[in-house]
Amino acid sequence: MQNVKQTKALRHPPRKKMRGRWKWYLPFYLMMLPGLLYILINNYLPMAGIVVAFKKVNYRLGLFASPWNGIDNFKFLFKSGSLGTMLRNTILYNVVFIVIGTVLAVAVAIMLNEIRQKFASRLYQTLILMPYLMSMVIVSYLVFAFLSGETGYINNSILKPLGLQPISFYQEQAYWPFILVFVHTWKNIGFTSIVYFAAVVGISKELYESASVEGATKLQQIRHITLPSLKPTVITMFILSISKMFFSDFGLFYQVPKNSGILYPVTQTIDTYVYNALMNQNNPGMSAAAGFIQSIAGCILVILANALIRRISREDAMF
Amino acid sequence: MIVSKQERVIQIISHIVLGLMCVCAVIPFWLLLAASFSDSSYAVAEGYKFFPEALSLDAYSYILNQWAQIGRAYGVTIVVTIVGTLSSLLITSMMAYGLSQKNLPGKKLITVLLLITMLFNGGIVPQYMIYSNYLHLKNTLLGLIVPNLLTNAFTIILVRNYFQTSIPYELLEAMQMDGAGPFRIFWKLILPLSKPILATVGIMSAVTYWNDWNNGLYYITDSKLFSVQQLLNEMNNNILFMANNAGQLAGVDVTTLPTATMRLAIAAVAIVPIMIAYPFFQKYFSKGIVMGAVKG
Repeated sequence: MQNVKQTKALRHPPRKKMRGRWKWYLPFYLMMLPGLLYILINNYLPMAGIVVAFKKVNYRLGLFASPWNGIDNFKFLFKSGSLGTMLRNTILYNVVFIVIGTVLAVAVAIMLNEIRQKFASRLYQTLILMPYLMSMVIVSYLVFAFLSGETGYINNSILKPLGLQPISFYQEQAYWPFILVFVHTWKNIGFTSIVYFAAVVGISKELYESASVEGATKLQQIRHITLPSLKPTVITMFILSISKMFFSDFGLFYQVPKNSGILYPVTQTIDTYVYNALMNQNNPGMSAAAGFIQSIAGCILVILANALIRRISREDAMF
Repeated sequence: MIVSKQERVIQIISHIVLGLMCVCAVIPFWLLLAASFSDSSYAVAEGYKFFPEALSLDAYSYILNQWAQIGRAYGVTIVVTIVGTLSSLLITSMMAYGLSQKNLPGKKLITVLLLITMLFNGGIVPQYMIYSNYLHLKNTLLGLIVPNLLTNAFTIILVRNYFQTSIPYELLEAMQMDGAGPFRIFWKLILPLSKPILATVGIMSAVTYWNDWNNGLYYITDSKLFSVQQLLNEMNNNILFMANNAGQLAGVDVTTLPTATMRLAIAAVAIVPIMIAYPFFQKYFSKGIVMGAVKG
């Protein structure tokens, strides 16, 4: 976290007596109480509860009283054979999302910056960001309108007129890597390009002016001024995404393929597996074991990623 | 300034590419709307079209007929969004206010504890068990409001930074001279002066609550407490269930299940409020995204 230079917040409390000091600060603690309690319940109790990965879960006994069963949950997880698939899917999709997302978003940000008409620029920003506002449930309905086997737009209005066989998208694995990448990009491109656009707008105008005085063309300016200035933002965003390498957008992988079992080999990620094992197979132990691996691996990656930022540019490090 | 030929070309290309992307962004919504207005039997025969030839309001009259359920889901969503956003703002800003005090004992410890939550989480299984087994939030409105969405370390620190840098010290001092205590200062000075950050954080929170279906998925099984998003999700699941178990449906009356066109109409009704409100708060929304991403 950035340490913002602090204005003197309040008149200094009485220094001498401890009791006076506590009394002074008591109202502040009272006001912080709801937040503190919430963080305790919402974040810290589940951290303690991660021991459930090593237990044979019994809902009647609850989280902490359930009997231990060592690493049995992990054994089951490895034996189930889905671990490899879900790890591969989670990581591969993330890699593709990061690469495509970064390249496209930087391009969009630069193009937005070239638009001279204020109104057009505002309009583009507003429209491109719109999909980001929608929940994944809604997105799954939008996708359904295009892909549905019987009534979908693609089958009826594109394939049929071309004389091609209709495709049952929700039963065919081959198409889903592309569909998921497309949907993810469609939904998030507005978000990432707004971030990069803010960075582009922040670049000093004088740099461009002196460059054009010296006869640099627009393309040269983009190459030698804009892109290098974006480097820190790209690095920060990149490392932030690396730290989420073991996490996936549950909604994207659960809602958009409609949790279709046939598609699992190409759509199942750690998050959808954890959910399905918890809710459908009623197997909280295995689910917790998968969650445990995800949390630990995620934590290690965050720390590594942060160490990496520190080496590249100290002030961008998170801690 | 003379615009060079190259610059011209770049501008034209930018307009074309961005224009196309905007069309891509908007067109699915158009298809959804058009589909929801198309006649059911026409849709089955011809599929969804951007300009359907046979229009019908059947899907929407279905919504009116089923208003007892759909309207209720709407009510749940609205209540959850309002209560959730207001409590979130209050809890977050009070916490940030405490942390903005320079010499508050224990401030460092609390900040570290907050940062840890950004690094590590226990995962969904223990959290689910705590909320359902110990706190009994299952099938209550609180189950939609509380888990994960009330506040988080990142927002608290964002608001704290704003308090620390943007509240003029002279005003604070003047209020203290008048004998105002911490509560009064918070209510009368800090909150009114922090409208920009509260608007940004509040809008992000409202959108999150309006769109949330995760909490419903885990904590709500009672259809009386379904939000709009969960209702849509449940319909998806029911249809899927039907597709997978065709022929062995005993207790379910198939005719009462909404057709695809009707479901699309409900989705359209869930989108519309957000589409209408969006242009008005787009500025704050973009701001929130930039703050959220750069120091996430």
